[in-house]
Amino acid sequence: MNRTIRHVGVVAGILVFALLVNVTLSYLLRNNSLDNNPANQRVLQAQFAQPRGAILAGNTPIAQSVPGSGDFPYLRTYANGPMYAPVTGFYSYMYGRNKLEQAYNSALTGSSDPRVIQQLINSLTGQPGAVASLQTTINPAAQQAAWNALQGKQGAVVAIDYTTGAILAYVSTPSYDPAQLSSPDLDATQAAWKALNADPAAPMADRAGREIYPPGSTFKLVTAAAALEAGWTPDTMVDSPARLTLPGTNTQLTNDSNCGGDQISLQQALQVSCNTAFANVGLTIGQDAIAAQAARFGFGKAFGGDVNSAVSAFPTGLDPSQTALSAIGQYNVTASPLQMAVVAAAIANNGIVMQPYLVSQVVGADLNVISTHSPSSSGRAVSATTAAELQQMMQSVVANGTGKRAQVPGLTIGGKTGTAQSDNVRAPYAWFAGYAAEPHVAVCVFVANAGTNEDQTGGATAAPIFRQVVQALNG
Amino acid sequence: MTAVAGTAPRTPRRDTPPSGRWAELGLLVPALAVGIGGFVLTNLNRTGTLPPRWWLVPALGTLLALAAHLVVRVRARYADPVILPVVVALCGLGLAMLNRLDMAIGGTDVARTQLIWMVVGVAVFAAVIIWLRDYRVLQRYPYILFIAGMVLLLMPLMPIIGTNINGSRIWIRIAGYSFQPAEVAKIVLTLAFASYLADRSDVLASAGKKIGALTLPRLRDVVPVFIMWAAGVVVLVFQNDLGTALLFFGLFIVMMYVATDRISWVVVGGLAFAGAAAVIYRFAGHVQVRVDSWLHPFTDLNQNYQIIEGQFGMAWGGLFGRGWGLGSPSRIPLAGTDFISAAMGEEIGLVGLTGIIVLYALIVARGLKTALLARDSFGKLLTAGFSFVFVLQVTAIIGGVTRLLPLTGLTTPFLSRGGSSLVANWAIAAILIVVSHQARRPVVDFEPFVDLDVEQTTVIDLSSLEDGAVGPRVSADDTTQQRALVREQ
Repeated sequence: MNRTIRHVGVVAGILVFALLVNVTLSYLLRNNSLDNNPANQRVLQAQFAQPRGAILAGNTPIAQSVPGSGDFPYLRTYANGPMYAPVTGFYSYMYGRNKLEQAYNSALTGSSDPRVIQQLINSLTGQPGAVASLQTTINPAAQQAAWNALQGKQGAVVAIDYTTGAILAYVSTPSYDPAQLSSPDLDATQAAWKALNADPAAPMADRAGREIYPPGSTFKLVTAAAALEAGWTPDTMVDSPARLTLPGTNTQLTNDSNCGGDQISLQQALQVSCNTAFANVGLTIGQDAIAAQAARFGFGKAFGGDVNSAVSAFPTGLDPSQTALSAIGQYNVTASPLQMAVVAAAIANNGIVMQPYLVSQVVGADLNVISTHSPSSSGRAVSATTAAELQQMMQSVVANGTGKRAQVPGLTIGGKTGTAQSDNVRAPYAWFAGYAAEPHVAVCVFVANAGTNEDQTGGATAAPIFRQVVQALNG
Repeated sequence: MTAVAGTAPRTPRRDTPPSGRWAELGLLVPALAVGIGGFVLTNLNRTGTLPPRWWLVPALGTLLALAAHLVVRVRARYADPVILPVVVALCGLGLAMLNRLDMAIGGTDVARTQLIWMVVGVAVFAAVIIWLRDYRVLQRYPYILFIAGMVLLLMPLMPIIGTNINGSRIWIRIAGYSFQPAEVAKIVLTLAFASYLADRSDVLASAGKKIGALTLPRLRDVVPVFIMWAAGVVVLVFQNDLGTALLFFGLFIVMMYVATDRISWVVVGGLAFAGAAAVIYRFAGHVQVRVDSWLHPFTDLNQNYQIIEGQFGMAWGGLFGRGWGLGSPSRIPLAGTDFISAAMGEEIGLVGLTGIIVLYALIVARGLKTALLARDSFGKLLTAGFSFVFVLQVTAIIGGVTRLLPLTGLTTPFLSRGGSSLVANWAIAAILIVVSHQARRPVVDFEPFVDLDVEQTTVIDLSSLEDGAVGPRVSADDTTQQRALVREQ
């Protein structure tokens, strides 16, 4: 019987071992995500009892902790809250946090001191680490210009330094004040949360990076890039009939204006945003070429890092008529304004896609730099030759084509307008994606609803906003 | 070898092995210190001072531990010296945590009630050790024990006394006190099954029809086996208590295996349990919920609030814990019962929780060692069964809280709130101590006159043994031990 009892001992040993391994692995693997879970009230309570690092735009704190009273010894305040809300996010006792407040939570609370010894001492003594501040890449002047230009409209502006990927402006309207959600008055916080979520204008939606829309004609940049990469030149001629019957259907695709002949060059097609010509480009080079090009620009996956964007998408498994529509940014093509800004940025940066980012430095309490973001590339979207050709074509759009209102005297500006009409009920979406060579910035403007009854178009509605933002950046 | 055995001289052993009682007394000091330390630190950390007459509680705890020690010293001198200190340490930790939760919640008196139950538990412990020196008297009544065990199990289903608490019908309520009879049934059925198998293990192992590799036992040998299996089913189906059912099936399988050395019992028992569990999973919504909250707790914050708060608590505790009184374990619903190990993890950290698991492992190891040393099949089966049920219960509940397994609502032995479980576990500890005393005590003044060629037929006159001590009964298993003893001399 002792033999079998020893077997029982082995089984008991395995059970105990499993328990010990499990609690140890839980500690090693799960603790961080558990501590960072926004629903974790223990951590939240402790954090609300401590100061929290500031978030800076330029030299100005746009989020900071000030001494409070009562249950909350510290109060989170937001300067220009609505304007910076899509950057800072909110920090709420009841509703957790988002955006940079979430992405850099451990730095802001001081629980991620990179000095290993210090961290060990902190964890042994139970002392909180020193809180760190975030230096964002936001240019306050550009942010303000974009914010002013979007007043009264539903829309978004994203501006990127295309040589580094640093995001200079990141605006979404209408917006909300994050301070409403960090109020020590929990009843008021609850009421504000309910009201914000019930608001049909969706003020908490991040239209700049977390929402995707049909990009309309701005997507022709991607199609043109795919064609050039496939061996076309800007002078390659393409059929541009006034009406194109989509293959296999009775649907007639028309142009918004006269394209300038029954056969025009690729450059001319982009300049006048000729739908039938680009539909033919798409039919010629095929959906796979466009899809591959879109993926190289960043479609199909989120921009990582601190941006945490929505995923822009180019559909798959298209029939020819859908391919033709997708080539002009209709059908099921979706993109965030951030994505279209990255497309313009990559072209302006001679084909190299720079990873967009929002935080340039994490700075410790004693002003020592804890970490610095070094710009990184996520690959090449197009060859340098193709990029140069696209730059020329985009410049002619602004100089002579649909984007004239984006011109800034003395600056080299290239861009592409877009007017996406996906149904007849709402006003069309107005887009402008372009770049300015001198302050080396790429900007995407998106207006969903200008709040007027006039027809809004990329050229009339979005291009002037682009101009104002570029002027602010150049100033 | 046989030649030596036949001519062994009847001389007493000269060297008496150490009884281990001083070791036990020494171990009681740190064992008491952890619980009392937790109690004192909680008060200091939360209020900065100690309450007036704070020393009463530690003094009472020390008195209880010393009383238990004295009973063992007098009546079970050679008992394993580790079991009692480990039990005292666990009880102290549990009381300290319950008191700490009382302080956080305010207006509750759980710790005081638990302390009263502790007195009852130690009294039962002492009673078992004093009156059950020869535990083998229990071996005489397997059928009565079977019936008693089943009646106890079925009591919660009876009208009037049976009550339904938290969706499980596992309680009875008499004169205002609620009690979980399954805890006692666990002991009674273990005794019954051990006594039944001790006599019949050979029959079960060998008799019967052979079909392929499996040997089917005879029907009349199988009836008690069936009763044990039915006990599990009753708990599972009628009381919706998957955890306790797991314990019964585990007990059933392991005791059958230990007794018969047939792996087929493990296969058959395992399949039976797996089948029953699959059916229950299919038809009982709450089991699916349990499995779901184990795998994906964060998909439903409200439904899995308890397990999520437990996880948050243990993460918040980190390696060394927040310190006694400094965490927020009262955020966890039922922190004093199911989730006391999560509360421990929060306040004394991964280190503390690991320590608690190791304490449980020590009890199990000592129990199994007793099973190895025991001189009779009944003692072996009894201690092996109790040890295994104990480790199974600890694994199920701590594993459930730490998300190794789906959560089953079992008690955490000696730690968690609840009188029936506490008293039953003190009784199990007492039985382990009694058996280990009989197993470890030296065989003084007595050498069995064994003719090893006729192993099964030895008759020993029990009255010739001093003071009712148990002499070695000789069965196939014990003969080996006799040989060893003989060789030593």
